[in-house]
Amino acid sequence: MNNIIKKFIPQILAILFVVLIFGFLTLNAQTNMDNRGIDFGFGFLSQESSFDVQFSLIEYSGSDSYARAFLVGLLNTLLVSFISIIICTILGVIIGVARLSSNYLIKNSAAWYVEFFRNIPLLLQIFFWYYAALRALPTPEKANAWFGVTYMTVKGYYIPAMVWQNLSVFLYCGLAAIISIIVLRNYANKLRDTQGKQIPVLLYSVALLIVLPLLSFLFGGVSLEFEIPELKKLSKISYIYEGGISLPPELIALVLALSLYTSTFVAECVRAGIEGVTKGQKEAAASVGLTPNQVLKLVIMPQALRIIIPPTTNQYLNLTKNSSLAAAIAYPDLVLVFAGTALMQTGKAIEIVSITMLTYLTISLTIAAIMNWYNKKIEIKEK
Amino acid sequence: MFKIIKQLTSLATMFAVLFAFSTETMAAKKSKTLENTKKRGFVRCGVSQGLPGFSNADESGNWTGIDVDVCRAVAAATLGDATKVKFTPLSAKERFTALTSGEIDILSRNTTWTLSRDADIGLTFVGVNFYDGQGFMVRKGSGISSTGEFKNGTSVCTNLGTTTELNMRDFFDSRGISYEPVVFEKADEVVAAYDAGRCDTYTTDKSGLAAQRTKLSAPDDHVVLPETISKEPLGPVVRQGDSVWEDIVRWSLNTMIEAEEYGINSSNADMMKTSNNPAIKRLVGAEGELGAAFGLDNDWNLRIIKQVGNYGESYKRNIADTGILPDRGPNELWTKGGILYVPPAR
Repeated sequence: MNNIIKKFIPQILAILFVVLIFGFLTLNAQTNMDNRGIDFGFGFLSQESSFDVQFSLIEYSGSDSYARAFLVGLLNTLLVSFISIIICTILGVIIGVARLSSNYLIKNSAAWYVEFFRNIPLLLQIFFWYYAALRALPTPEKANAWFGVTYMTVKGYYIPAMVWQNLSVFLYCGLAAIISIIVLRNYANKLRDTQGKQIPVLLYSVALLIVLPLLSFLFGGVSLEFEIPELKKLSKISYIYEGGISLPPELIALVLALSLYTSTFVAECVRAGIEGVTKGQKEAAASVGLTPNQVLKLVIMPQALRIIIPPTTNQYLNLTKNSSLAAAIAYPDLVLVFAGTALMQTGKAIEIVSITMLTYLTISLTIAAIMNWYNKKIEIKEK
Repeated sequence: MFKIIKQLTSLATMFAVLFAFSTETMAAKKSKTLENTKKRGFVRCGVSQGLPGFSNADESGNWTGIDVDVCRAVAAATLGDATKVKFTPLSAKERFTALTSGEIDILSRNTTWTLSRDADIGLTFVGVNFYDGQGFMVRKGSGISSTGEFKNGTSVCTNLGTTTELNMRDFFDSRGISYEPVVFEKADEVVAAYDAGRCDTYTTDKSGLAAQRTKLSAPDDHVVLPETISKEPLGPVVRQGDSVWEDIVRWSLNTMIEAEEYGINSSNADMMKTSNNPAIKRLVGAEGELGAAFGLDNDWNLRIIKQVGNYGESYKRNIADTGILPDRGPNELWTKGGILYVPPAR
C-alpha cells in the first residue's frame, strides 16, 4: 500500500497539475471572451469564404467554404515542402559528398556554398530570390522561349500542359513496370545469394521503366499532346500567356530559397555520416577485392545512412515549418490563406490558430514517423 | 488522499475564477480603461505600419497622420497632453487581436467599419474619420482608363486581411472576369511587387493608393482609375464593454469635426470662449458641463482643439499639404457639400 502511494502520487499530482493549468487557461480564455462578446465555435468552417486564392491544386472559388480554403492552403504548403525536400536532398547529398572530394576546387566551392547559404537568414534569402528574380525577369512579351515552349517571366514560369488520351492505360503500364522491377530485384538477390552471380539490375530496371510505357503508346491507344502557352494581350503594355500551366514566381522563389538553405544542413549531415564510418571499414572492404564503387554502395553508405537519417529528419521538419514564411512573398500557403485571410474575415483567432498549429504538428509528426520507419529499416539488425 | 485532491481542486478553481474576473469586469459608470490610462500616464494607440497621411512615423519616430490625431485628441482630452500617446504599429492581421486582448485601447488604423466586424468580434466602431472607397491603380502606358477594360487573366496585387480581398472578388465575379490575386502581408511588399511588374493593377482604398503611389519608383507613370468599387468608411475602434471609454473616443473625434464647422481652430480657440454663440462656448468649455458625463474636466474639448486642431487643420496638415489627396471630396463638411456630419455637442 505504502509502495503504491509512493509510486503513483507524484504521477497523479503531475497529471492533475497539467489538467488544472489547461483548465485554468480554457476557463480564463472563455470568461474573457464572454466578457468581450466573442463567440467560440467552429461553425464558420462551413460558411462561404468569399475570397479567391491565387494558386490552388484543387478547384476552388470564393463560393466554397472556409474548410475548402483550409484544404487549398494545406495542399500548397505540402506542395512547396515536398518539392523543396526532394531538391534539398539531392543538392545536399551532392554538396556533402563534394566537401569530401580530394579535388581542391570542388572541396572548397562546396565549403563556400555551405557557409554562404546557411549563414544568411532564411527570410532574407526568400526576399532576395523573389525581388531579385522579379526585377531581373522579363515581362511576358519580351520573354525568350526556354526549350522552345516554356517561358520564364515576371508573372511566372509558363510550361506546356499535357493533354492525355487513355491516361489509365499508360499508368497501368507504369505500374506493371514497377512491379516487374521489384520481382526482378528479388530474383537477382536470390541469384546472388545462392549462385553468387551478379546481374545488372539497374540497367534492366531503367530499360523496363522506359520500354513498357513506350509500348502503351504504340499499342495501347495512348497519345499525348501538349497545350503550348500562347501570348495574349491584356492592355497596351501588358501581356500574359494563356493555356498551359503557370507556376507563380512566388512558388519558384520559395522553393529556391528553402531548398538552397536547407541543402546546406543536409550536406553537413551527409558529410558527418560519411566521415563517421571508420576508415578501417573502407580498407577492409577494399582488401576483400570490392571496387571503389562497391565499397561506397555496399559498405560505406549503409553505415553512413544510419548516422545521416535522424538529423536529416530534423532538417525536413524545419523546412516544412519554415515554409510558413511564404506569407511574406504572397505564396498562398496555409498561414497566408487560413491563418491570414480566413482569420481576418472571421475574427476567429483562437479557433483558426489552434487548427493551424494542430495541422503543422500533424504534418511534422507524419514526416517524423515516415523517417523513423525508414531509419528502423536500415539500422543494424541484431541477430 | 482524496481530501487533498479535493482541496487542491477547489483552491485552483477559486484562483482561476478570481484571475479570470479580475482582468476585466463590468465598467458601469466609471471607465476602467480611462482609470488605467490615467494611472499609466499615456494612451495606448494601435496604428498602421506606415501609411502616409493616416499614420506614418518619420526618421526620429514622430507619428503623424489623421488617424494619429484621433489618438492625440483622446490623450489631450483625458491626460491633458496630446503627446502622451504610445503608438503600436500593427499589421492588418494583428490589429483586432491587439485590441480585444487589451494590448491597445484605441485602434486608429484606417479600418473599415462593417457589420460583421462591429457585431462579431468584440469591437465597437465609434465613428468615421475618413470616407474612402476601393479603387485600382494601373500603369499609364497600359492605356486602361476604366475598370471596364480589365481582361481575363489580369493579375492584381493587394494586401492581406482587409475588406479589399472581398470587394475585389465581388467586383471581378460580378463581371465574369477571371483574375489572379497576389496577396501580401505588408503594404511595402505590395508596392515593391507591383513596381517590379508582377501585377497589372494594384487595388486598395483610394486614399491608400494615392499614398502608396508616392513610394513607387516613378509615381507619374501610374494612375488611379476613376471608379470606386466599394464604400470604405474608416474610423477608430474600441473594445466592446467599456461604453464610457467608447464615448470619450467618439466625442473626441466629433469635437474636432464640429470645431471646424463652427470655425474654431488651434489658434483662435481661447478667444472663442467669449463668443456669443452658446454652441461655440460649449465646444471650448466656457459653458455647460460636457466633460462631467465621461468623468473629465470641462476643458477637455478646448485642449483637443488647441493641441491637435480641428478636423480641417488635421486634414490639411496630413493629407492635403502632403499632396496625397488635395481634394477633400466626401470628407468635406456637410455644410460645404461633403458628408461629414456629426451629432451636436450639447
